[in-house]
Amino acid sequence: MTMTPDGRYVDDQPYERDIGAEARHADLDMSNTRLLWLRFKQHKLGLISALFLLLSYLMLPVAGFISPYTPNERQEDYLYHPPQWIHFFHEGKFIGPHVYETTAQMNLEEFAWEYVADESKPARLEFFCKGGQYRLAGLIKTDTHLFCAPEGATVFLWGSDRLGRDVFSRIMYGAQLSLTVGLVGITVSFVIGIVLGSIAGYFGGFLDWIINRVIEILRSLPELPLWLALSAAVPSHWGPVAVFFIISIILGILDWPGLARAVRSKFLSLREEEFVRAAEMMGAKPSRVIRRHLLPNFLSHLIASATLSIPAMILGETALSFLGLGLRAPAVSWGVMLNDAQNLASIEIYPWTAIPMLPIVVVVLAFNFFGDGLRDALDPNRS
Amino acid sequence: MAILRFAIFRFFTMLATLLVVSVMIFIIINLPPGDYLSNQINELRATGQSNGIAKAEFLRTEYSLDQPLWKQYMIWMGFMPGPHGFLGIIQGEFGWSFEFDKPVADLVGGALWMTVLVNLAAVLFIYAIALPLGVIAAARSKTWIDYTSAFVGYLGLATPNFLLALILFYYGNRYLNLPIGGLMDPKFEGEPMSFEKMKSVLIHLIIPTFVIGTSGAAAMMQRLRANLLDELGKPYVETARAKGMRESAMLVKYPLRVAFNPFVADIGTLLPSLVSGSVLVSVVLGLQTIGPVLLTALKSQDLFLSAFVLMFVALLTLIGTLVSDILLALLDPRIRFGGREK
Repeated sequence: MTMTPDGRYVDDQPYERDIGAEARHADLDMSNTRLLWLRFKQHKLGLISALFLLLSYLMLPVAGFISPYTPNERQEDYLYHPPQWIHFFHEGKFIGPHVYETTAQMNLEEFAWEYVADESKPARLEFFCKGGQYRLAGLIKTDTHLFCAPEGATVFLWGSDRLGRDVFSRIMYGAQLSLTVGLVGITVSFVIGIVLGSIAGYFGGFLDWIINRVIEILRSLPELPLWLALSAAVPSHWGPVAVFFIISIILGILDWPGLARAVRSKFLSLREEEFVRAAEMMGAKPSRVIRRHLLPNFLSHLIASATLSIPAMILGETALSFLGLGLRAPAVSWGVMLNDAQNLASIEIYPWTAIPMLPIVVVVLAFNFFGDGLRDALDPNRS
Repeated sequence: MAILRFAIFRFFTMLATLLVVSVMIFIIINLPPGDYLSNQINELRATGQSNGIAKAEFLRTEYSLDQPLWKQYMIWMGFMPGPHGFLGIIQGEFGWSFEFDKPVADLVGGALWMTVLVNLAAVLFIYAIALPLGVIAAARSKTWIDYTSAFVGYLGLATPNFLLALILFYYGNRYLNLPIGGLMDPKFEGEPMSFEKMKSVLIHLIIPTFVIGTSGAAAMMQRLRANLLDELGKPYVETARAKGMRESAMLVKYPLRVAFNPFVADIGTLLPSLVSGSVLVSVVLGLQTIGPVLLTALKSQDLFLSAFVLMFVALLTLIGTLVSDILLALLDPRIRFGGREK
């Protein structure tokens, strides 16, 4: 700081035009995606949920590798085996991950199987070992598992069910169907919702009236009885894959009205905008105006709301399978697994048969938080 | 008078909707190949019992199952005469359950009232829970009350209804000595209504109401909270505070009344999911509502029974929506005039 002869103060530093400007307007130069990411990052719960979901979906193709058993592999001597701990220390000495062999005993007073662990002989877990055959990502045939129990011992991380199948492995396999059913369903609902919603909103008139009435009717009906009725119509001789797809489609068919309504109301306001008129005057066909000019305006919002309706579908599949009208054994999904836990007595004696409810609750919560975070990040009005 | 006209108008819309729904239901019910009787006939043929076949064939013509589908529908609804004249839904003749060999009306009679009762209880429960909690969560936002209620709400949304039912059922019985299964003590079944019976029904209602209502209450609470928070930021609230009004009086007098609208309107969207939930929960808990009836009927393709139950469920939700619409119009004049001008 120097003082000039006429009594003014002047900064000695050379003048830099850009200083400060960058900091002030950094967000103006950022790409939309980056802005979105920055805002989404602040929603910690949403971020954690997103990571969790990402991991869960990445796990799906290698579910067979992670799980020690194949889903329908039965250990006849170990029915209703309680969960086993993986121990690291044997008599105070570290010997690596191991389990103890167990033997079954029938408790004749309570008529339940009881298992006694032989704590003297640790059975060390094997890694990258041979087990039941499965297909990696549905394509590559292999029989290598990440870990499995040595000969004579078992590794039931979350217990075994009434047929002696490993609950942990079944949950891993079940995730493949339970997690994708929502994705397929939402795709169906998305396509129908966008097509019908944009037709109604863009063209208006009679088509709008018809579509609107259909939306109103479908929205005013309880979903579950209709799901039930529709899935009761699925022929019983169809294969698991066909049943899976038809169930997801059924879930999607009743979900689109909410989406279509949102699309329609957006279209109603957007179609009066100048840029739409400009595009129309330049001779763009309705399909082009809809696809290139209108939809991109709010597609991200639609995706956020779709994220929020995936959990409803996951719960829907679970409910249907639970009632015996959805996916059927030998297919494995969380709902199918819970079907076994239907009766109260078995949950009381063998509580671990109800474990499949944990992943359901966690995944549904994660989707909810993720969707909330996404929606908040996309909201232009937020401070 | 305007409100009466609105109500009548809405009533006729409801009837029209119901008509469309009936067509839809009839089509869905007939989607699976075959029907109960033809399945039975095939089975009897395969086992070589001939006297049963005659009866099944008789029932087939008796209930016009040999007619084309559209005719079946018309006869079922009572728009067209069947073999015995006009006997359909609109004449109060609900058809025959082939599986139970009884008229549908006898089969579902009591269950209908129980269904209404269970759903009504759930609606009341939702309001009783969501209103105070939503207001508190908004008034004390970003405190532990808010976070706790949000967390419980999320958990309520994420837990499948039927699992909640099983868990509560188990613990309710174990620690609170709440009864298991059914909607009343078995000894009251078929008895005329009495004070004792009423008490028994009420005690049995506790867990189902809680289970069915939780997710709805959670959703509604969140909605009320969000709406109220929006209102609380507005200048008129500031003014009221500046006047020195007590916080609680101010809250009830101004913002709550504005935020109340969606609260009533929501029942329209809430009711379908509520009825869905009650069907599922009834199956799990063995309540004598139409839920279990629907499930068995659908599984065995008992045509008239499942169609009637589905119709009833649809009617129930439509009436609920109608009531909520009329309440909303009473509450907020803008809505009925807005609807009129279109």
